[in-house]
Amino acid sequence: MEFYLGILQTIGFHTLLGLSAYLLLLTGQLSMAQVGFFAIGAYASGILTVIYGLHIFLALGVGAVTASFFAFLVGFPALRIKGLMLVIATIAFSEIVRLYFFNLRWRIEKGGVEVGPDGAQGFREIRYFAANGWEPYQIVSFIWIVVILVIAALWWLDRVKVGSVLRAVGEDELAAQSSGVNLTIVKVSAMTGGGFIAGIAGGLYAHSTTYVDHNSFTILLATFAVAYPILGGLKNVFGTLFAVVFIQGILIEGLRFLGDYRNLLFGLLIIIVMNFYPKGLINIPIFNFSRRTKKGDT
Amino acid sequence: MLNIENIGKNFGGVKAVDDLTFRVDKGEIVGLIGPNGSGKSTTINLICGVFPVDLGSISVDDRNISKLPTHERVASGISRTFQNIRLFKELSVWQNVWVALQKDSYQSLGWMQEWFGNSKIQKERIKEILVFSGLGDRFDDLAGNLSFGEQRRLELARAIASKPKLVLLDEPAAGMNSDEVADLRQRILDLRELGLTVLLVEHVMELVMNVVDRIVVLNFGKKIAEGNPQDIQKNIEVQKAYLGGA
Repeated sequence: MEFYLGILQTIGFHTLLGLSAYLLLLTGQLSMAQVGFFAIGAYASGILTVIYGLHIFLALGVGAVTASFFAFLVGFPALRIKGLMLVIATIAFSEIVRLYFFNLRWRIEKGGVEVGPDGAQGFREIRYFAANGWEPYQIVSFIWIVVILVIAALWWLDRVKVGSVLRAVGEDELAAQSSGVNLTIVKVSAMTGGGFIAGIAGGLYAHSTTYVDHNSFTILLATFAVAYPILGGLKNVFGTLFAVVFIQGILIEGLRFLGDYRNLLFGLLIIIVMNFYPKGLINIPIFNFSRRTKKGDT
Repeated sequence: MLNIENIGKNFGGVKAVDDLTFRVDKGEIVGLIGPNGSGKSTTINLICGVFPVDLGSISVDDRNISKLPTHERVASGISRTFQNIRLFKELSVWQNVWVALQKDSYQSLGWMQEWFGNSKIQKERIKEILVFSGLGDRFDDLAGNLSFGEQRRLELARAIASKPKLVLLDEPAAGMNSDEVADLRQRILDLRELGLTVLLVEHVMELVMNVVDRIVVLNFGKKIAEGNPQDIQKNIEVQKAYLGGA
């Protein structure tokens, strides 16, 4: 049981991380900074519950706002660069964040024990859930309530004008500008929103694993974050969810019996999927339930 | 309406537009013609703010817009279509128009409703624009699935959705057969009926000569002639520019 709850948790964090990258991809920004925002959310909310003794909801909220503030700042220089250059710049940002936490030492005495981030030793004792008697199933439910809320918010965004404007910017910046769209506002808002989602994900991650260190926030995780929406497709939010379930649930957990061959198959399957469904898993016919696809388009 | 004074633009030493001055009055349809590479598209891009002018000024209704970013020029009443169709192909037809809908086309909405609403007022306005553009029956289709002629019409619909005073059409007849050109001509005249002013950049003389009030001719970034279509057809300079005579 624990094992399956663990997978559900992992799928939950990765879905949030993927959705934060999804929001940016809608506007055409391929960002590797999501893991940086994830780390900021994790450390900030961890520090708030451990050192300041805040309630988890408040700590997650403040952590997410902190992450979105940094995302807002990253959003401005990101306006001027595109494609590969943006990828490199955002990798640099994530690495700066990681190295900052690698060096962050902030220990205090609490109840006779030293707590807080301890540089390369990592940040242990993020025990809010255990200290307040949360059962594992309650933690998983809490994570999934957040995931569902974020999915609902992004789904709704596609039903209002903002959704069309985000996608318009992603498709053709010049045409969007010429239609009166302010690119600065749209792209910086998307970055800020993506930072917020990644920040919440980070806070949830830190509290449910009780331990984070700089190794939890490497570029590999940022690669996963952008791989999910790309593999899943940008047609709607469920593409990202499918991709996370596909990769984390089926490829990584389901194929454990294959041992080392798993990694080989993993890459191969992604290549196959991208070849047959270049616009993502969401376009596989069995998923054709949305109104748009009934019209017979690709 | 549109007043262009002594504008210039260099691209790495090449004078794409050189000391160009002309004006477009309210309600006029003005043609901007010239051989390939004469600076027509550059002029359109300068008016829209795709890149800034090096020299001179562009004003709309006596307001200098030469320093404004593109989206603010749209707000001040300029909209355009593109030489190579640039629709949002993954969006539906009505969403393409929705993106361009500006606030003053449905003033009763607050900004929250404008951006986060999905209101009847907006939908009705979009429907109206699409019916006017002859796309009333393609409301829900993906823009990428439209035929070439329909895509051109949708670009025009998107251009009028921002409630412009001046519409810039960049070679709208490119690739069209003569029936489609006739339809386009009628649509341009319809724009004038709406009270819009039109600047038409075009190669297809069949269209230009039959629709415009006045023509401005460019060659090597300079204005070489200006006048009504009959005079332009007789103009020796213009004939030389087109036939390549020196």
